[in-house]
Amino acid sequence: MISVQACLDGILLGILFALIAYGMALQWGVMNIINIAQGDLVILGGYIAYFMYLYGIHPAWGVIVAPVIMYFVGIAIYKLVINKVVDRDLFISILATFGISILFMQLMNFAFGADVVLANSDYGTTMLFNNNVVLPNSKIFSAFISILFAICLVIYMKKSKLGRAIRATAQNARAAKILGVDTEKVYAATFGINAALCGVAGALISITFTIHPYMGLPYTIRSFMIVIVAGLGNLPGVAMSGMGLGVFEEFADYILGTEFRIGSVFLLLVLILIYRRFKLSKKREYLK
Amino acid sequence: MRLNKIILSFVSALVILFSTSVASFAKVVGDKIILGAAISLTGKYSSNGVHTQNGYNMAVDRINNMGGVKVGGKTYKFDIIYYDDESNPKRAAQLAERLISQDGVEFMLGPYSSGLTKAIAPVTEKYGVPMVEANGASRSLFTKGYKYLFAVLAPANLYLDVAIDLAVEKNNGKGVTVAMAFEQDAFSQDVRLGVLDAIKRTGSKKVIDDKLPKELNDMAATLVKVKQMKPDVLVVSGHTKGALTAIRQISEMKVDVPMLAMTHCDAAKLSKQHGKNSQYALCASQWHKTLTYKDDFFKDGMTYDADFTKEFGYAPPYQAAESSAALLVFKDAFERANSFDQKKVRDALAATNMQTFYGNIKFAPGGQNVDKPMVLFQVMCDDAGKCENKVVAPTKWASAKLIHPIPSWSKR
Repeated sequence: MISVQACLDGILLGILFALIAYGMALQWGVMNIINIAQGDLVILGGYIAYFMYLYGIHPAWGVIVAPVIMYFVGIAIYKLVINKVVDRDLFISILATFGISILFMQLMNFAFGADVVLANSDYGTTMLFNNNVVLPNSKIFSAFISILFAICLVIYMKKSKLGRAIRATAQNARAAKILGVDTEKVYAATFGINAALCGVAGALISITFTIHPYMGLPYTIRSFMIVIVAGLGNLPGVAMSGMGLGVFEEFADYILGTEFRIGSVFLLLVLILIYRRFKLSKKREYLK
Repeated sequence: MRLNKIILSFVSALVILFSTSVASFAKVVGDKIILGAAISLTGKYSSNGVHTQNGYNMAVDRINNMGGVKVGGKTYKFDIIYYDDESNPKRAAQLAERLISQDGVEFMLGPYSSGLTKAIAPVTEKYGVPMVEANGASRSLFTKGYKYLFAVLAPANLYLDVAIDLAVEKNNGKGVTVAMAFEQDAFSQDVRLGVLDAIKRTGSKKVIDDKLPKELNDMAATLVKVKQMKPDVLVVSGHTKGALTAIRQISEMKVDVPMLAMTHCDAAKLSKQHGKNSQYALCASQWHKTLTYKDDFFKDGMTYDADFTKEFGYAPPYQAAESSAALLVFKDAFERANSFDQKKVRDALAATNMQTFYGNIKFAPGGQNVDKPMVLFQVMCDDAGKCENKVVAPTKWASAKLIHPIPSWSKR
């Protein structure tokens, strides 16, 4: 039963992480920007849900309100900073978003205080297999909402005009521009959509875990890893690698101990990168 | 003409610079004893940094209004120069250096947290500046042979060993099984060492010993192990994040343990954030308002609690109370030394043996307070869901009887 519990815990956790990684993959693929402030946008989304909870509104409504607010926050960040670095090399964008990350941390600390907070959903618990497997409903709710948003986004990307423009820009920005796509608008919308996804994930995290102004970085690192493992533009891959990493983490925790949880995930990342390099070098030989 | 103006401006600038440096380059200016403190007013420790500052300020006002400090037949008043260390140990060390070598401060108050105290202590030690600190409990602070560091609080290794003793007592003196989950930071690991000592001393057995990563706020894996192993006691220490996460996941996963002991419950505002789910949690605390210690300045815990709440608009956490106690210790040491000589004040501090509203204070050679035990309170809620922290151990100060074992989730 322990392995069933570990699997389910890992999958539920992984789906939530995959949603954050999904936004990162989208923005990385379209704009070639690695957003270090990704986790901070998540935490900001969490604070929106938390404040709704403080004012007596159920925090689950945060999954609707937070993305709307965060979309405009994303657009504002794009207009103020990102549009100045979008055509520069990757290193400049990392520096710029690192700066935004520090600014956001300090602003959140200033505005909301340094206390660790959470929003109680009171969703209760689901017991399975004769009470041997216990799943908090808040985690199930988080996974369900994450999947829902991911599916909506995939459909939106395929069917809508903006979605097609985003995909065209990701494939070849210059060609898209020549064919009449307003890439500036596409970039702004992409950053906004990413921030909105972070807003949803943040609201879910405030219901499932805890939030704190300085807690963003682990979410950035985790989503970065998921994207690295899945590869850019591979959205089903992001979902699979998110869940896979979640399950791997839980098992590493049970078998090796909690202290090796993060270390084992990084080890896995290194192994995957070495494997990929090995595969690529083989491919090069073949091309010769 | 223009050259004259430049020379005049240069000379006046020099005069201003010289006069200000002379004015500030003194430990005692007029009738003021100037203390220095680097406090986390921004950054991740800012909540507790503000509690620390409020505690210091409250004591400064109280001592100054009640006659000040009498040294050599003259009355002096306390004043504190504060700098914001941004919750950053490197910045804290720089600011300590600045307070001592630029501002001329010769007596220091501690910052918030063990990590920042560890950063500042080598600086104060180098300059021979006595520092009374109230918020650095890590055992490693007191094993380095520092001569000028004095802590009014009990060291971290004493935080939760009382809980193990209590569990053994409830088990008719027989050893118990203990599950431990501690964050990987200096403070929590010191708490862990104390629990390990208690386990050894009481013939108990450790069944889970998890080290929680700093960056993770999920302990579901540990709790599944707890459900499997069914220990007698679950001990958790991971600052406010650890306390909040533990209660959330224990209640969600319906983990039944006869005793749950943790740290940082009041800083995490457990009963406010989790309500009835936090019921029966045992929490280690340096101070509680119902303790019956007394002094001339704050009378007792209840009066301190009322006065602090009136002044700052919230009930004092123990971080504020211990910070106020640090000023009482300094006042007592200055008066006994009857001098501002750093060595004499240091010796007077080392010989401190007093009672404050916060507890008895007597320093061991390492600088830690050995005369003040930790207290354990238990979160108890009424039917309306209103929760309160009630002291249950040590029995001398208990205001309520320990509820043990904790009722299972199915019966709540």
